[in-house]
Amino acid sequence: MSDITANTPAMSSSEPRSAPLTAVGPIAWLRTNLFSGWLSTAVTLALGYLIVRAVIGFVDWAFINAIWSVPVSPTGVAQTQACRDLQGSGACWAVVTEKHRFMLFGTYPYEQHWRPAIVCLLFIGLYIVSSMRRFWNWTLIPIWIGTLTTIGILMWGGILGLPYVPQERWGGLPITLILATFGLALAFPLSILVALGRRSNLPAIKVLCVLYVELIRGVPLISLLFMASVMFPLFLPEGMNIDKLLRAQIAITLFAGAYLAEVVRGGLQALPKGQYEAAEAMGLSYWQKTGLIILPQALRLVIPPLVNTFIGFFKDTSLVLIIGIFDLLTAGKTAIVEPSWQGFGVEVYVFVGLIYLCFCFAMSKYSQGLEAELNRHRRR
Amino acid sequence: MSDATVDPRFRRKPPKRPIRLSWADERIRGIVWQVLVVGIIGSIIWWLWSNTVHNLEVRRIATGFGFLNREAGLPIAESLISYEPTDTYFRALLVGVLNTLKVAVVGIVLATFLGTAIGIARLSKNFLVAKIAGFYVEVIRDLPLLLQLLFWYTIMQGLPGPRQALKPVEGVFLSNRGFKVPALVWEPAHTAALIACIAGIVLTWLYARSARAKQMADGQPRKVWPAAVALILGLPVLTWQVMGAPWEIDWPALRGFNFRGGMSISPEYAALLIGLVTYTAGFIAEVVRAGILSVNLGQWEAAQALGLRHGQVLRLIVLPQALRVIIPPMTSNYLNLTKNSSLAVAIGYQDIVSIANTTLNQTGQAIEGIAIIMLVYLTISLSISLFMNWYNAKIALVER
Repeated sequence: MSDITANTPAMSSSEPRSAPLTAVGPIAWLRTNLFSGWLSTAVTLALGYLIVRAVIGFVDWAFINAIWSVPVSPTGVAQTQACRDLQGSGACWAVVTEKHRFMLFGTYPYEQHWRPAIVCLLFIGLYIVSSMRRFWNWTLIPIWIGTLTTIGILMWGGILGLPYVPQERWGGLPITLILATFGLALAFPLSILVALGRRSNLPAIKVLCVLYVELIRGVPLISLLFMASVMFPLFLPEGMNIDKLLRAQIAITLFAGAYLAEVVRGGLQALPKGQYEAAEAMGLSYWQKTGLIILPQALRLVIPPLVNTFIGFFKDTSLVLIIGIFDLLTAGKTAIVEPSWQGFGVEVYVFVGLIYLCFCFAMSKYSQGLEAELNRHRRR
Repeated sequence: MSDATVDPRFRRKPPKRPIRLSWADERIRGIVWQVLVVGIIGSIIWWLWSNTVHNLEVRRIATGFGFLNREAGLPIAESLISYEPTDTYFRALLVGVLNTLKVAVVGIVLATFLGTAIGIARLSKNFLVAKIAGFYVEVIRDLPLLLQLLFWYTIMQGLPGPRQALKPVEGVFLSNRGFKVPALVWEPAHTAALIACIAGIVLTWLYARSARAKQMADGQPRKVWPAAVALILGLPVLTWQVMGAPWEIDWPALRGFNFRGGMSISPEYAALLIGLVTYTAGFIAEVVRAGILSVNLGQWEAAQALGLRHGQVLRLIVLPQALRVIIPPMTSNYLNLTKNSSLAVAIGYQDIVSIANTTLNQTGQAIEGIAIIMLVYLTISLSISLFMNWYNAKIALVER
């Protein structure tokens, strides 16, 4: 260091000189991030080659060689010979063009498709409103109840001049959104009670809550869905029966409740003990203490993991395929059962996957942003 | 904690109050609440139970596990133990459990390696490597596993038939009947070599322990790796040589319409394994990344200041600290992989859920079938979490 200062001529002007091109700017960035050594350079070149190959291959398959629509014969059978001639060198997006209404809305009456479409928009609006911090208070509860009631009216119909649509004909994206959202809305209060119960001093309540959470978390969701589909009819008195969707909804709610309870318990544990003691010192009763002091703070702490759990459920609702409920994935799988469309599974799964990806990616980005924001005070 | 150090005032118990029969007494309130909750839940369960018993009587469904000894009559495509459709339901279910374990164990090992590699790649200084790993994690975690399994299964079915099978490497065939890879003709010498290898690992572990004890005593580090190489590699090779060094490879070959010889991997198993491994690896990558990031930069610098080499820093300083953060979420990922293997039923791999489901459809005994599924998964889950808790307790921070 001393040599440098000794040999540097005295600066005549006080203007700061810019750093050499090799230390700042794009060239420097390339050198540090892509070509910092022979190993790094080799990896960059190899990966770059593979990426270019993959992208060119994908563009060829998805756009250049792709077929976007096929003629339909007068009998209503699609002529897919052009697609079959491609032999996998190009995507047959015609299956999506032809079947997208079926995949999105299932067997819902065709001329009434605007109703499930509005339902999907309502759900998206509900998510957006719930994600805004200015609505994080009691007003959220009437908003949820109101929206979910509207959704019920739109789907069933039968009043306000809307024709009645039985539940067996619902399908596609609305089912996925209904299972995930209603599941969360019902499981959330349950999970708060269970989490409180698990931290309670009363031994019987604690044991019940621990048993519930650990039993549910120890078995796969499929076994609960099977239980809902084959065992539930045995549980109820003779002659009384509830439909399949509701049974699956109950299974998903019970499942979600156990996982959410653990998330909420994490928030309850993270709260400093002084908050509990201070609330008790104020002479508040248990429910006053919990409702006014503990839960508002604890729930705020666990919002990011709650969103992550919700993403998990959103994906897990696809499991209802196994018990034959017509959600988005089942609709996609059914769309290619038709003989003329057999063998175009990849295109359909890419389309369905993109829908899931949009929802989950938005939620996960939101949760990451929220986490950074909520942790800002810790980092200084 | 001898008596002298504790202030006697703290050891004094609060005065006992007699229970008053009043709502103002906290203990009375607690008892009332508990009796109420247990009563409500108990009566709901009793109601469901009595309904079930009544329904079973009305529908003339037999109860009990007597059906396990009856002939199953259900064909199973792949099994680790010998199985015929004429065997009992018990044996069929056992095959299912083994199939579940087969995919879970292999999946856990592969997902750990792939996930660790991707997690480290996400922290790479190379921009391209880090971004590709990040992209992979984002996409794979945002798609439902079932969708991915169906996707992989579709790809498997889209492979050409046996006659036009793809041959990426000599002796490996990829077709819509599954994968064919060369297999070693198993001889007693190989079993002996395997046992020798396990013995070598145990001996190496004992040797490393005694070397560490000696280092603790006199401060001299001792080299473990020459002994490790000799015991783990040398011993099996020697055993194998002594027993005649049999080395016969069974190459798969196309005969007629299908393959003969070699080891085959069914398309269902391959699709399930690829799906589970790639999906779980995305989650494990995040766990590993968080674990490595949790180690303070000062720990790296301090270790380098002590003159340790890069590998030593990783092995002695960083890894032990990162593992403490990694192990608990890793456990839940292993559990998730095992539970997710139940999705096999959607693509026709015959795991325990699939076989139990067929069983309950054939016998009509739904309750027993689902009880078996739950029991198997609870046992597996509890075993994994017990083992991981033991391992976690072993590496946890020892505080005074």
